[in-house]
Amino acid sequence: MKKEIIRPFTLCLILFVLHDAQAGSLVKIDGSSTVYPVTEAVAEEFQAAKKGAIRVTVGISGTGGGFKKLCRGEIDIANASRPIKSEEMTSCREESVQYVELPIAYDALTVAVNPNNTWVTSMTVDELKKIWEPAAQGAITKWNQIRSDWPDKPIKLYGPGSDSGTFDYFTEAIVGKAKSSRGDYTASEDDNILVQGVASDVNALGYFGFAYYEENKTKLKAVAIDTGKGGVLPSRQNVDNGTYIPLSRPIFIYVSKQGLTKPEVRVFAEFYLKSAASLSTAVKYIPLSAVLYEAAHRRLDQSLLGTTFSGYKPGSKIETVIAEKPRL
Amino acid sequence: MMSLKTTIQMNKRFDALFAILGLLSLLVGLTTLLALVVDLFLDGADHLSWTFFTSFPSRFPEKAGILSSWVGSSVVMLVTTATAVPLGVAAGVYLEEYAPKNWLTSLIEINIANLAGIPSIVYGLMALGLFVYQFRLGQSIQTAGLTLALLILPIVIISTREAIRAVPATMREASYAMGATKWQTTRDHVLPYSLGGILTGIIIGLSRAIGETAPLITIGALTFIAFLPHAPFSSQFPFVSFEWLEDPFTVMPIQIFNWVSRPQDEFHLNAAGAGLVLMVMVMVMNGLAIAIRYRFRKKIKW
Repeated sequence: MKKEIIRPFTLCLILFVLHDAQAGSLVKIDGSSTVYPVTEAVAEEFQAAKKGAIRVTVGISGTGGGFKKLCRGEIDIANASRPIKSEEMTSCREESVQYVELPIAYDALTVAVNPNNTWVTSMTVDELKKIWEPAAQGAITKWNQIRSDWPDKPIKLYGPGSDSGTFDYFTEAIVGKAKSSRGDYTASEDDNILVQGVASDVNALGYFGFAYYEENKTKLKAVAIDTGKGGVLPSRQNVDNGTYIPLSRPIFIYVSKQGLTKPEVRVFAEFYLKSAASLSTAVKYIPLSAVLYEAAHRRLDQSLLGTTFSGYKPGSKIETVIAEKPRL
Repeated sequence: MMSLKTTIQMNKRFDALFAILGLLSLLVGLTTLLALVVDLFLDGADHLSWTFFTSFPSRFPEKAGILSSWVGSSVVMLVTTATAVPLGVAAGVYLEEYAPKNWLTSLIEINIANLAGIPSIVYGLMALGLFVYQFRLGQSIQTAGLTLALLILPIVIISTREAIRAVPATMREASYAMGATKWQTTRDHVLPYSLGGILTGIIIGLSRAIGETAPLITIGALTFIAFLPHAPFSSQFPFVSFEWLEDPFTVMPIQIFNWVSRPQDEFHLNAAGAGLVLMVMVMVMNGLAIAIRYRFRKKIKW
């Protein structure tokens, strides 16, 4: 009788035997779910290029979780959808963990409405602020409260939960203070839920990462962001030429100094920067300019430790920030 | 006379009414479940192919597969079984056959019953503190296996005790009368008679463990792994290797969760396929439990 239970397990064991044992070098990565698709694509290509000689693991524990693990020395690379915060820098200092900060692509936060919404084509930052600031809670509930010629219909809001880096960045860029937002909206950590919500309700408005808009273009209508020079839609071109502000944001990987002493981690980081342009496009993110990738490469080559992006103000020019002197 | 007739008629009507109500209640649960299963099947069935089982996760939905996650789930279950079964059965036998009936034993019994109701995330938090940081077992297959073993230990203990309790006292007395010791009685009579119930409990425990996500995320299960654990056998002496216990891992529910949260629709279909596989795995395990119980019941003749 025992045989019946043991048999499936024996099968698994046989499978392992058929599968040859691999070399021991391992690159451990963890952190943001936003950066995950890019890192996954790089890891996939990297392992194919190295024929499995170097093993890469990628986890999802959120940007904050990734930094925690990086500062405890548990991982080699942290995925981050926002720059490191000063509290996180302090905890890294306490554990004497140092890191190289590498921007790898842009994400364009997209404000979207239902395709049957005929009245909205563009919005100003002030209008978005009026909808999302904490004071709007319970007060701003109708479209005509934003612009008087918009219809007297309820606004249904959809946005990410407060643990997400997307939420941090949007509130900072629109309301002016990170994590400061109204609370009476439908929140979900799963962006697909937000897409579904906006796609099924003509009065809905929501925001999420660019990739979720790109994949659901037929079900959504992007709102152009007007900063005084006319509405700008989220697109690769508009992020590239720097007009889609303040909602385009750089995303990062942080490579630990201890990790960089291992050749496999350094080789992986170099491979990452080399392939980031093509692979970020493949997973619907927006690549940085060649100049920025070169600057990132220099940081890696010289093992330039520390951050220049911590405290990054949405909309500031990334070329100048990357040239600053990094601090730990 | 007339009033008696109406009373009976009214009662009969209530009887029929309740039968309809009961049937409707049953249908609500069943149709929902059936709709879910059918929906999962329609979405996921075309994705089930040989390559789906033999490919690693990938950024291309059509190339992505569940190899690392089903292997991960299987080896974690292997560690769980190897830990929970001896511990749980031994504890159950001790409590039922050896333990003196005093307040300490009843306190332990009550607490085991309580443990079975503790949310799984609590086990994950405990395992993170104890196994990962205290014992430094790492975020590895062994940690995951031990965590899930703790999770199902109460189920195994309780079902072992129930199975043993079902063995009539006369069987034990007959054995003692022949001069057998307590251990001989347990080994040769009590355990064989209760094996069906014990195995059923073990399998039901394991089929709960295989769907668990929360405790494994807490201890650091990974999402992208494109390699298998080390082989348990090596070509050099001593030919058996336990390196795989320390390997990082992912499991089926985590792979499904990851695919569901991706923007591309094709990934959602992959998730449905993987969900179907997981469901079949659980159903096969439950089916096995029923089959075992049936065969053992047939064999026992008192």
